[in-house]
Amino acid sequence: MTTEMAPTPTWVDGAPSATDAELSVRGLWKVFGAKASSVPTDETLTGLHAKDIREKTGCSVAVRDVNFEVARGEVFVVMGLSGSGKSTLVRCLTRLIEPTAGAVTIRGENIMEWGERSLRELRRRKVSMVFQHFGLLPHRQVIDNVAYGLEIRGMRKGDRYKRAAEVTALVGLEGYEKSYPDQLSGGMQQRVGLARALAGDPEMLLFDEPFSALDPLIRRDMQNEVIRLHREVGKTMVFITHDLAEALKLGDRILIMRDGQVVQVGAGPELVGAPADDYVRDFVRDIPRSHVLTLRWVMREPRPVDPLDGPELGPEVVIREAVRAVLAADKPVRVVENGRLLGLVGREEILEVIADTDLEPADEARRDEAVPEVRAIR
Amino acid sequence: MATVAAPRLILARLNRATSLAIVVVCWIALFWLLKGRDTLSLAPSDVTGLHTSLNDLNSSIATNRNSNPLFVYFFNEIQLGVSHLVTFFQSLISQPSYGRPVPFVGWLGVVAVISYLSWMFGNWRVALLALVGLVFIGLQGLWQESMDTLALTLAAVLIALVIGLPLGVWGGVSDRVNRVLTPVLDLMQVMPSYVYLAPLVLLFLIGPAAATIATVIYAMPPVIRLTAHGIRSVPHSAIEAADSLGSTRMQALRKVMLPMAKRTIVLGINQTIMAALAMVTIAALVAAPGLGQTVVQALESQDVGTEFNAGLAIVVLAVVLDRVTTAASVRVEMARRAGATRTQKLRRPALAIGAVVVVAAIYISHTYEQAATFPASLTISGRAHGIDVGSHIANSTSTWTAWVQQHFHSVANAIQNSVTYHGINPLQAFLENSPWWLAAAAIVAIAAIVGSWRAALSAAVCLGLIIGTGLWQDSMETLAATLIATVLVMVLGVVFGVWMGRSMRADRVIRPVLDAAQTMPVFVYLVPFVALFRPSRFTGVIAAVVYASPVAIKIVADGIRSVSPTTVEAATASGSTRWQIITKVQLPMSVRSLALAANQGLIYVLSMVVVAGLVGGGALGFDVVAGFSQISLFGKGLAAGAAIVLLGIMLDRITQAAARRADPSAHSRTSH
Amino acid sequence: MGRSINRPVVRRGIRKLAGAAAAVLALATLNACSGAKVGGGGNSGSATGVSSGSSSGAKAKACGTFTVADNPWVGYEADVAVVGYLAKNKLHCNVQIKHITEQVSWQGFQTSQVDAILENWGHDDLKKQYIAGSHVAQELGPDGLQGVIGWYVPPWMVQKYPDITDWHSLNKYAHLFTTSESGGKGQLLDGDPSYVTHDAALVKNLKLNYKVVEGGSETALIQSFRSAQQNKSPLLAYFYSPQWFLNEVPLVKVNLPKYTPGCDTNAAKVACDYPAYHLDKIAAATFANSGSPAFTLVKNFTWSNQQQNIVAKYIAVNKMSDEAAAAKFFAANPKLVTAWLAGTGAS
Repeated sequence: MTTEMAPTPTWVDGAPSATDAELSVRGLWKVFGAKASSVPTDETLTGLHAKDIREKTGCSVAVRDVNFEVARGEVFVVMGLSGSGKSTLVRCLTRLIEPTAGAVTIRGENIMEWGERSLRELRRRKVSMVFQHFGLLPHRQVIDNVAYGLEIRGMRKGDRYKRAAEVTALVGLEGYEKSYPDQLSGGMQQRVGLARALAGDPEMLLFDEPFSALDPLIRRDMQNEVIRLHREVGKTMVFITHDLAEALKLGDRILIMRDGQVVQVGAGPELVGAPADDYVRDFVRDIPRSHVLTLRWVMREPRPVDPLDGPELGPEVVIREAVRAVLAADKPVRVVENGRLLGLVGREEILEVIADTDLEPADEARRDEAVPEVRAIR
Repeated sequence: MATVAAPRLILARLNRATSLAIVVVCWIALFWLLKGRDTLSLAPSDVTGLHTSLNDLNSSIATNRNSNPLFVYFFNEIQLGVSHLVTFFQSLISQPSYGRPVPFVGWLGVVAVISYLSWMFGNWRVALLALVGLVFIGLQGLWQESMDTLALTLAAVLIALVIGLPLGVWGGVSDRVNRVLTPVLDLMQVMPSYVYLAPLVLLFLIGPAAATIATVIYAMPPVIRLTAHGIRSVPHSAIEAADSLGSTRMQALRKVMLPMAKRTIVLGINQTIMAALAMVTIAALVAAPGLGQTVVQALESQDVGTEFNAGLAIVVLAVVLDRVTTAASVRVEMARRAGATRTQKLRRPALAIGAVVVVAAIYISHTYEQAATFPASLTISGRAHGIDVGSHIANSTSTWTAWVQQHFHSVANAIQNSVTYHGINPLQAFLENSPWWLAAAAIVAIAAIVGSWRAALSAAVCLGLIIGTGLWQDSMETLAATLIATVLVMVLGVVFGVWMGRSMRADRVIRPVLDAAQTMPVFVYLVPFVALFRPSRFTGVIAAVVYASPVAIKIVADGIRSVSPTTVEAATASGSTRWQIITKVQLPMSVRSLALAANQGLIYVLSMVVVAGLVGGGALGFDVVAGFSQISLFGKGLAAGAAIVLLGIMLDRITQAAARRADPSAHSRTSH
Repeated sequence: MGRSINRPVVRRGIRKLAGAAAAVLALATLNACSGAKVGGGGNSGSATGVSSGSSSGAKAKACGTFTVADNPWVGYEADVAVVGYLAKNKLHCNVQIKHITEQVSWQGFQTSQVDAILENWGHDDLKKQYIAGSHVAQELGPDGLQGVIGWYVPPWMVQKYPDITDWHSLNKYAHLFTTSESGGKGQLLDGDPSYVTHDAALVKNLKLNYKVVEGGSETALIQSFRSAQQNKSPLLAYFYSPQWFLNEVPLVKVNLPKYTPGCDTNAAKVACDYPAYHLDKIAAATFANSGSPAFTLVKNFTWSNQQQNIVAKYIAVNKMSDEAAAAKFFAANPKLVTAWLAGTGAS
């Protein structure tokens, strides 16, 4: 229901069709409680609020009819406040927590139908996870922590140490192979966690709030590290966070969750530019829109009076970076994609965004109009 | 629940102290009117139908044990297997074996092996301690006895670990198993070890098998508990991470949970070894070989010197094994810190050299007499020098005790008489001459007042079952002695506990003494007491007090110490005297510790009831002892054992409920 | 940091331990060179007795392990001392002594925990069960000792209260015997709870105003009697003969209703005195069939109350070890050695 409400921005790059999706989640439920399995199928319950369900059945709903798809190579962020069910959701993806209902499809195979053995193979070779509290083994040296996944799949000692050393170097921990986790700082420990996840050369990485236990400066380093790694190894990533800035920084697309339900899925600019409801709006309120929105979001259709010989910029240029160019030009800037004119951006549009970092309800109407406008251009 | 809530509300309105006083006054008043009636007394020579049928069971098992399939295919097999295990260890280190007049490994080999292992798993300090300790035991003239004890302990610990570790792991990973295990372990620990000796002999006959199994029952709970606890304490995040990487259950257990719980598990093994050693003397009562035999014989002939010498050997063994396993648990921690440093590289060749030395020592001790049997004298340049430290220890102990006996006899007598005439006798007369229904009702009421309704219910059930054992009056006599002993324990607990809690210096001096008292086998100090006080109920009480006081004192001291210094400072600032601070601040604020100390004190005292029966304690303790050595009283002994356990459960429930009630944080919960 | 501190300590430790080990090794080797080899025979300098040089005569059949029960009274310990001495030193048995009580000893026959009981006091019920019933034991005949069990008073009391030796007058004197343990009644002090006793039933069935109080052991009884005689304090207690202490203080036995055969069949109804016991020996069936020379020794073993009292006194009063007491006794009674070793192959 909610997913329908959110726009399906097929124009955003990477939004996958069902066939080439790395990961596809359909109708996923996770209910905790004695009679959990009856909840998702009971029509009289599925419409109710979480609180009412708990009162009626004693069950608590952590994940509720979630649908999304992640393309190969995409960084997909799930964002929500604590208790929103995001950590449960990510654990359902490899059935670390057994979903109550729904389908999780990885590369076209529904893993809900898999037995324990195939599931273990999945976790060993295809999908790895990085945890908030690292989950390192204190009795093992860094190298043995990194090699753990290889060890349990039965790789020979020499081979796995060679591979582990490579990955350890990749995450920048060269020289710390023989250290023990408690001899490392938090950031370094999480690098070990990262290396451990990378060691098995999985196709997909799951991150469960990996940096929320770190202090801000280290967190920034680690975020950059993830961006770098993504560039270098190009894995599909599902990243859980409660930090919108982090989500915007890392995510190709972002899924916003609340009370176990999907509120909105979309690229960063989309959430900021067109929040699906007050909840999302509240979330993005403090985000400087000029840092997130691209020209595509503020351009207007050329009017007959407009001079069409202004400077040219792409539609994905972030406003902040376009400010100087737009303000310096005496004519509106033309937004051009593949040689086709999409629209114009003048001083007016730019200043409006910069002045209006705080979204006031009064602006709502106008912005709502802006969306169809965008669509119309497309 | 509703039916319980109503009277509880009424009672809650009355002051607890007032209602307690009312119950006691009513009890005393009715006692004067009705004493001697319905006392359910049973003459010492009489038995009830239950006892007779237990006797019949005993003789029927004795006759049919080689035809009954349960015995032929189960109990007898276990008995045989365990016996073989013990015999194997004995033939290795203590008994002539393989057609040789000496064991396979002589004293030199044993000393070398144990020192080497201590070094390998611990550090060089404990290795040295092991070396010195073992040689000392040899010099005491107790080498073979000690090795017999060690063999039995090894067998028992091995079995306890083989059963206990998996159970502990299982309890660690499964909540359901843990829920089943906990009450069973509680029961195993409340039950005095002597109590299950007779049933075990019934199943496994006398000998090392029954002794080993009794030791296993006593020693296993710690390793199960601590293993489960260790596994439970492994952070969830580590287990989840292992799962996320595709670990199988076994891999997660082997590579994550067990290594991370290792330290706690080793601690559990340490506790189990200590508990096993504590059973040495009890094991001797069913013909187990070793130091216990020496102790038991010395107890019979009241030979304090020999007793002390043998007891000292047990203590030395205990200290060595304790320090070595403690060092091993520390090494678990240290090993990863030291990591791959150069020490590690040095260690390998050093260990290898050590191993060669050990093998050489074993060979020498296997081959040469002097290294096989601990020499009674050293021949230096043609002259034999006696190195019999044991008889020196024994003689000086005897002399010293005789001196104490002579000089303190009258003082001891006075104390004994005053406690007996003013404490034990009146309370015993009161409890055992009250009509059973009066005493039972009063006890249940007291349980409800100081504890909870649930505790009262437990008390009612336990008392009902005690009546069923046919030993009501004996139980009341035991209860009287237990209460007196517990009061004395608490007096000592408060006096020394407050002193230690308030003064670090006192703590530093007293605590090691308490530690030593707890390692010492009970029987070691039993003999001097018997010599001083003669076999009597008072001697039993004193033995129990000595046994139970250290733990009570420690609990009280810790409670006093944990009172916030700010509160004490505030009280001092408002001009309180020292006495006022103790009575108005520190004691009331550590009331939960006091209740806990009373609970532990009671349990410890009760576990001494049977031992007290050996030194004139009478009542249930004597019934158990007599039942063990007189076939016609077998059933009565079993019933008495059950009665002791029931008393224990009842007192445990009541005091635990009282402790919960005393906990300030619990008030808010109960007021809901 | 921790590492740099640790290393020298550990290294020093290794060096020290290596030193200590080397010292032990050196000492052992030194001793071993001068010492005899295990089972090598011949070296009489051995202080350990592992291979005593006395077996110069005809080689005895291998004895193996000989396990004997040692019940908790010193007379029995004297039996064990002399038999054990010969078994160890003449027959080269590995003698195992089990300090266990009478009835527990019988249970040991089934599991080979006990090979022999040297001084059995009656126990017709056990004989029925283990000998006639399960055939795990057999009688080896009397050991020559004559046993008496009864209630005794110190001699001074008999002088002062001549009629006290008659059980009828016990109630008259009950007040003399009250103690803190007897709850207002007269105290009848008993010994070890494992001893043969009907005292509780006797007190009840003879309607005596007494309470049985447990003394706990033989030593407790002896000490009580000794101080009762010294301090002229009253004492009524369970006691028995043979017992060396009767030579030190001639206790007087109280006459209970005369024993008649069968009067003690029902333990709870007993109202008669203890019978006269002809103490005997019991052996495990497996032991009897083993052909062990120790079995022959036990079978031959028989001596008198007086002889036992001598050895018991060595042990109890002179605090001699069992072995020393036996050696001293045999030095004075060489004929017994020959008699008891007859047929064992040793001399």
